[in-house]
Amino acid sequence: MISLSDVPARPGAVITPQIVLFAAVLLTAPFWLPMVGLYQYIGVEVAIWILYALGFNLLFGYAGLHSFGHGAYFGVGAYAFGLFQQEVAVSLWGGLLAAIAAACIAGMVVGAFLSHRRGIYYALMTIAFGQMFWFTAIKAHGVTGGEDGLLGIPRPPADFGIVSFDLSDNTSLFYFVVAVLLVVTIGLWRLVHSPFGRVLQALRQSETRAAFVGIHVWAVKWAVFALSAAIAGLAGGLFSMAQQSAYPDVMSLHQSGFIVMMTLIGGGLVSFWGPVLGVALYFVARDVLGSLTETWLLWYGLMFMIVVMLRPEGLAGAIHLLSERLRAPRARAAGQPAE
Amino acid sequence: MALFEAVHLHKRFGSRVVLEDVSLAFEAGKVSGIMGPNGAGKTTTFNILTGRFAPDRGAIRFEGRDIAGRPPHAIARMGIARSFQLMTLFDESVVVENVMLALPAFRAAQTRVATDVFADKALMDEAREVLALVGLGHRAFQKAKDLSYGERRALEIGVALAADPKILFLDEPTSGLGAEATRSLAALVRRLRERFTIVMIEHDMRFLFELADEISVIHWGQVIAHGTPSELMANKWVRRSALAEVA
Repeated sequence: MISLSDVPARPGAVITPQIVLFAAVLLTAPFWLPMVGLYQYIGVEVAIWILYALGFNLLFGYAGLHSFGHGAYFGVGAYAFGLFQQEVAVSLWGGLLAAIAAACIAGMVVGAFLSHRRGIYYALMTIAFGQMFWFTAIKAHGVTGGEDGLLGIPRPPADFGIVSFDLSDNTSLFYFVVAVLLVVTIGLWRLVHSPFGRVLQALRQSETRAAFVGIHVWAVKWAVFALSAAIAGLAGGLFSMAQQSAYPDVMSLHQSGFIVMMTLIGGGLVSFWGPVLGVALYFVARDVLGSLTETWLLWYGLMFMIVVMLRPEGLAGAIHLLSERLRAPRARAAGQPAE
Repeated sequence: MALFEAVHLHKRFGSRVVLEDVSLAFEAGKVSGIMGPNGAGKTTTFNILTGRFAPDRGAIRFEGRDIAGRPPHAIARMGIARSFQLMTLFDESVVVENVMLALPAFRAAQTRVATDVFADKALMDEAREVLALVGLGHRAFQKAKDLSYGERRALEIGVALAADPKILFLDEPTSGLGAEATRSLAALVRRLRERFTIVMIEHDMRFLFELADEISVIHWGQVIAHGTPSELMANKWVRRSALAEVA
């Protein structure tokens, strides 16, 4: 069976075959999405949520810290981006920086309260803080626009000094989001195999042993929470740009639950790529099942239950098992052990 | 002055007094043993000495500094390492990574976010050296959970050794081991005593009397006897508690 703590096939590689495949699928999406009956905007949404899910899994899967209120930081990022455009200046970079900074600061504050906790107490506190952010977003009309949210958020152009790209249509926005996603993906891939990343995985396995080999458990838990919140904020900022609005719904408990479900169904507990599969499956289910029946969430929920019961390692675990089975007969034929 | 010293330690959990006026001293370069019946307070003593719990009263001095009440990671960073009686390993991780996480060189690098630990030759070599020392060199890329019981015990010690400690606390290293594995563990401890100051809790009297330079006997949360193995053999309290049967 695979696990997150496996030794990578090519230690030290910055670009792996999986990253190339991931990039190829994303970069060609505008060509094949219409062919399979989907539309360009779903690509933008999927890419943003993959970004969110990969950052979330750093905390959930790698460090084993179960946050059920992560929507709060996604939402803080969305509002920060919108408010920056409306109150400060229309600027893509300024807005995204504001989104990252606001979510990171929120994560640092909340993380300071969480990091002494473990297990169910940790999870409950993430929910409590998530609800506080959600409630504040609804009630602080003057800042957030209450339940209506912030409307008319612009999509500022990506200005690189000499060249500037207009992001107002969905395809160009998609390419921009994919560029951000690929940079973050490569960064996260490096991070999880770095000393810091391995420390995160040590905490998941035994906080006690980690402390007794000299790891400052509290500080590491705090740092990874803030980092994960910052990535959620970046995704939230991009989302408010995609939606051209920011609203409290993304901060609600059930939206925070979706990111957990996506990560689990995809196999975030056993694979770096699990969250990617989980996000793709969720959006395909929403759009394909959703076009067939209004009760699609019922079917999605059933799918979740079946996965949890039969394949708790999720899609990534199932794919791994399948590839092992396909490889095994060939390996045996060649007179080698199956592993 | 002793390298490590605990003076008048008191600890109670709720209304239960677990340690009452415990004083211990461990000399540099020696193997010190702690023995006593189940529930006597041996592991609690270890937990207090290595920072898991703070004592209610009393001082713990390491190289002359008072370390009582400091958190475990701070104590570990001073060069105080321990193993656990209930094995506490990073089960999903491979053996070499278990050891690597405890290396001081790794600790210095732990905030680095852009280098791959398995591609870092210096770290890998250092971790492999520790594995060779505890006889697990051939198991480096097995997951810790896939090792045999005896190998896991050896890895427990390996993780503690990786810190290159100034003092090494071993909590019942022979616990659950068969005769054969106990013999090879004794050989390992004999090799380690050349380089490390060792304190161990042990139930296996033959093992302890053979290896320890001096032994403290803890009973009812108090130190009831202290001395070299031969002195203890002559002690009537030790004799009375049926510990002398090994002799």
